Amino acid sequence: MSTTTPPATSMDAPPRRRSGASILQGDIARRALTDSLAKLDPRVQVRNPVMFVVEIGAAITTVTWFIQLAGGSALGGHDPAWYTFTISVWLWLTVVFANLAEAFAEGRGRAQADTLRSMRQQTLATMEDGSTRRAEELHRGDRVVVVAGELIPGDGTVIEGIASVDESAITGESAPVIRESGGDRSAVTGGTRVLSDRIVVEITQEPGQSFLDRMIALVEGAARRKTPNEVALGILLAGLTLIFMIVVATLRPFGLFAGTNISDTTLISLLVALIPTTIGALLSAIGIAGMDRLVRRNVLALSGRAVEASGDVDVLLLDKTGTITIGNRLASEFVPMPGVDEAELAEVAQLASLADETPEGRSIVVLAKQYGIREHDLTALHAEFVPFTAQTRMSGVDIDGQRLRKGAGDAVIAMVQAEGGQPPVQLRESLDRIAGEGGTPLAVARDNQVLGVVYLKDTVKEGMRQRFDQLRAMGIRTIMITGDNRLTAKKIAEEAGVDDFLAEATPEKKLELIREQQAAGRMVAMTGDGTNDAPALAQADVGVAMNTGTQAAREAGNMVDLDSNPTKLIEIVEVGKQLLITRGALTTFSIANDVAKYFAILPAIFASTYATVRGGLGPLHVLNVMSLGDPRSAVISAIVFNAIVIPLLIPISLRGVSYRPIGASALLRRNLLIYGLGGLVAPFIGIKLIDLIVHNLLGA
Amino acid sequence: MTVYGWGLIFAFAVVLTALALPLGRYMAAVYTGQRTFMDRVLGGPERLIYRVIGVRADRGQDWKRYATSLIAFSLVGWLLLYFILRTQTLWSFTGLNPMGYHSMPWNVAFNTVSSFLTNTNWQYYGGETTMSYFSQMAGLAVQNFVSAAVGIAVAVALIRGIVTRFSGSERDSDRAHSIGNFWQDLVRTVLYVLLPLSLVIALILLSQGVIQNFSHYLTFTGITHIAQTLAMGPVASQEAIKLLGTNGGGFFNTNSAHPFENPTGLSNFVEMLAVMLIPAALVFAYGRMAGNRRQGYAIYATMMVMFLGAAAVCYIAEAHGSPAQHAAGLHTAVRAGTTGGNLEGKEQRFGIAGSALFNVVTTVTSCGAVNSALESFTGIGGAVPFANLSASEVIFGGVGTGLYSILFYVLLAVFIGGLMVGRTPEYIGKKIEAREIKLVALGILITPLSALFSTALATASSAGRASIDTAVAHGPQAFSETFYAYLSQANNNGSAFAGYTGFVQPVAGNVGSHGITFADLLGGFTMLFARYAPILFTLAVAGTLVNKRVSPAGLGTMRTDNPTFVVLLIGVIVLVGALTFFPALLLGPVVQGLTGHLY
Repeated sequence: MSTTTPPATSMDAPPRRRSGASILQGDIARRALTDSLAKLDPRVQVRNPVMFVVEIGAAITTVTWFIQLAGGSALGGHDPAWYTFTISVWLWLTVVFANLAEAFAEGRGRAQADTLRSMRQQTLATMEDGSTRRAEELHRGDRVVVVAGELIPGDGTVIEGIASVDESAITGESAPVIRESGGDRSAVTGGTRVLSDRIVVEITQEPGQSFLDRMIALVEGAARRKTPNEVALGILLAGLTLIFMIVVATLRPFGLFAGTNISDTTLISLLVALIPTTIGALLSAIGIAGMDRLVRRNVLALSGRAVEASGDVDVLLLDKTGTITIGNRLASEFVPMPGVDEAELAEVAQLASLADETPEGRSIVVLAKQYGIREHDLTALHAEFVPFTAQTRMSGVDIDGQRLRKGAGDAVIAMVQAEGGQPPVQLRESLDRIAGEGGTPLAVARDNQVLGVVYLKDTVKEGMRQRFDQLRAMGIRTIMITGDNRLTAKKIAEEAGVDDFLAEATPEKKLELIREQQAAGRMVAMTGDGTNDAPALAQADVGVAMNTGTQAAREAGNMVDLDSNPTKLIEIVEVGKQLLITRGALTTFSIANDVAKYFAILPAIFASTYATVRGGLGPLHVLNVMSLGDPRSAVISAIVFNAIVIPLLIPISLRGVSYRPIGASALLRRNLLIYGLGGLVAPFIGIKLIDLIVHNLLGA
Repeated sequence: MTVYGWGLIFAFAVVLTALALPLGRYMAAVYTGQRTFMDRVLGGPERLIYRVIGVRADRGQDWKRYATSLIAFSLVGWLLLYFILRTQTLWSFTGLNPMGYHSMPWNVAFNTVSSFLTNTNWQYYGGETTMSYFSQMAGLAVQNFVSAAVGIAVAVALIRGIVTRFSGSERDSDRAHSIGNFWQDLVRTVLYVLLPLSLVIALILLSQGVIQNFSHYLTFTGITHIAQTLAMGPVASQEAIKLLGTNGGGFFNTNSAHPFENPTGLSNFVEMLAVMLIPAALVFAYGRMAGNRRQGYAIYATMMVMFLGAAAVCYIAEAHGSPAQHAAGLHTAVRAGTTGGNLEGKEQRFGIAGSALFNVVTTVTSCGAVNSALESFTGIGGAVPFANLSASEVIFGGVGTGLYSILFYVLLAVFIGGLMVGRTPEYIGKKIEAREIKLVALGILITPLSALFSTALATASSAGRASIDTAVAHGPQAFSETFYAYLSQANNNGSAFAGYTGFVQPVAGNVGSHGITFADLLGGFTMLFARYAPILFTLAVAGTLVNKRVSPAGLGTMRTDNPTFVVLLIGVIVLVGALTFFPALLLGPVVQGLTGHLY
């Protein structure tokens, strides 16, 4: 009837893991280095056609070098052995750098996974009948009892009791949360600890399928499948590789026709320089890092496809309460009846609310202060608190025989009439007006006299309008979902600045709305937590379930937000877009680089072609615009540049290219300028600099 | 350079645009089944044709059926033309073989048939010395019409694939996979577009002095007192469709340089217009069919910018003359009464600008007609047609082929650009995913693959080298000739840097018929592969796109109808073309352009 307690450190001090490991963290780097060598296995490389071609090229040049060492002649051309060796080394390095990028990305995920795995200790579960069973033997439908101090053995739903649970291991949030049977707060996660009370949990997952298991698989990249865009880009890169293979293969006979024999080593160098190795090397790292960035934001995506889809979102459905508005109605205005002073109304309302600890009550006291009414001390007044009940639908105090009440309009009217009073005609008007505007009116009465009405208003959270403006700039429409009537919904929608709203929403209406939007070709994202959100979450293209929500909701969505912050969707969309932008930008950069590489390698190859003097410089020598030292150093410089640009770009691919909501056209111009034009220019500078070093080394 | 020269280029662009706009509107109506003013005249014949060939024209075809119909039609057309050329003597009874020409040998016939079927019109034969009027009219001219119509049909099918929108419930029906009906597109193109325009162009050419007769060749004694033969024939009718259909196969061997094909400066202007008219109009038709004319304008702008760039470079280079001419002390500056520049191989009546522009017009499109000798152009001026062909015929391009080829580049640009704005790339609301990218990559691969592979075979083998003019057996000129021959055939263009031959060897001592057959077959297969493989990929793309869900455009969607996209598209086209062909170009025209040597 207890659990084997795991090492305290792993639970008590969750290393706010999502704050992230630096790239240069020692153990990750070491592990990445060994991994990158292990990944040289051709069976691993063949999955990446671009890098596989490089590896084959490296192998061929290595063999050529051995033949040269053994005294044989190089295949085509009269290369010295050191040249073949240098090219060969840098080709291997190119592959290793590519592996390194992937290993780094995986390493960062693995560090997080290790922390999670340490929670998956040998937990013993106590069954309802008192017997015990090992946690990994629990099946769907089993019921276990968990008491204070114990770890919850598996994912499930609380079916009995209420308890405070420390979920910091999962969420990184140290404050305990309440989990209770029924309602929307019934889901518990395996590996979290019950701090108080006793609950009975019905297990909802089969062994190995738990939230923790999936989370580990995800951050480790084990469950990673290529996303649709990644597949498409991979095909394009393979196509480009094929084109350049044809270009390079046909260059041998063309050269021979012009009396120039190009060596295999040089041809392979040209091929490697041309094929999109930069993006080919970083492609999988970008994908893994994208997932990782989400995890850092405490969002678990259950598939890479969902992350990518979030970049495409056109419509965002947001619940009004708790997301757009604070969810508590706050006093915003006192509406006195004829003949009543506003300050008098404020004072009575304040007195009636002093003992009321609800947010509404406190807000009345706060508002009354603005009328210069100081806070009374209830005990000094000998006041007696009359709490709110469902029957009376009002609360207040009795002071000196005076009965001060505030409550629902009808209830107060009924009370006043029973006391023989006559509510003023303006009362009904005020009540209707406030209700019509989306507010909640509270009538305030003293004995048989209605003094006025307190205007309670649902307030929009601060900064929401800016957020929606930001979303609009990204091209995303927001639709507010609320159970309120149309009028109320309209008013709040206007105040918050959302594009549209769905009033008097039911789960069916919500689902219908999503289907409608999807039929019009839009991608829909939504957040939800309740069981009745589950169908809509499942239907939406991006469904983000709140971690505080029910198990049903968490399973229906394709992402879980551990912080349970509904506006997190904005960040998720950004990460999704960043993922695609990074891929597109580096592809552009990679292809644009080829121009400079041509100007480095081709003049080198054809330096003496059609020369008037045998062995002298031919007409094509003028294309050596970078005035690189000599043909061999030119080829080596291009290959060295091609290789080292990969590790140089690892930080960008892990961090992602920054996204700004400035509209697609401006974004395209910006990225074309940076990565297209930059990609054209950068290698001219880089290759020249490398050549200065290489040529001097050779000259020495 | 002269004001006249620049004025000609400018006027051409303006008049072309002015004519293409209304024609595009008309063509959009023709392909969307709207009523046009031609219905009253052509509606009857159209229905009659359907009845005769037994086709339900209103029945849509999915891409596989469309492709099957197209291939079947082409196969029958190939066999028929081969039969006609191989049995030329058999048709002498018609009286349309006044010179009693023999039938074509099998190897040249294979090349010629493949050439005319693929809208290439590469000619390993001399028209007036080998072809009977019957072969020209019943054989070649027919393919001039239908090969053009096939190209346009494929373009229209792709347009439908892109612009068709089905609502959710419709998307499941069979109908929702239809990219149109091949037979309807074919018949309507010939009847509603090619025939009426050909008639108009032929009449204008006739007015300028282009001949149209079935007469025996004339003999006369010229001022040199030597008896000469003057070739005759039904030229005007064939000339019109040769240009309108971007075919380019001349009635005479010297093509549009021949005074009976292209007699005046005005006919030269009209001929250039005829070449570009349909490719330009199709772009506007596309914008209309897409429901957003700006989509068409963006592509038109892309093409026009690249076209004007090519024209300017070529004109400046030719007006300037080559380094070798300067070295030889030839006057190349504009002097009183002369245009200056490099007039070698050019007709006086067209001048520098008229020749340079014609050259650019027929090499950006897949027309391949010539009114001057490309091999006599300066290094840079001659590099322009190379560059045009390296861009894979997307700058206006062939009728239909130009549009569907540039749309492949558009999809590529949309994919790369779309990623850069952070959304799954989409074009006119349709997502570009793995399947489309696979087809696009393969489609774009075909031209470089066939051009480079064939050139490599031709330069590396003795049989291939046998076709090179022995006067330049080695060196950059020999390479240029060979490379251009296969680049031209792989682009279905048909123009040539004369010298590479598959018919008559100018000098004895070659490998002889062995080498001739090699050039005929390699060229023939290159043309067929480079034509039909992209067509199949295009129809497949149309097939996958047509049924796609359409997403409405928003702020986050990359726009494909603004200047930024035009810049991106030009960048993609230039980069792909340059990266593919730069090494090969170095060894030919670039070497020639960089030295004062004559090779």
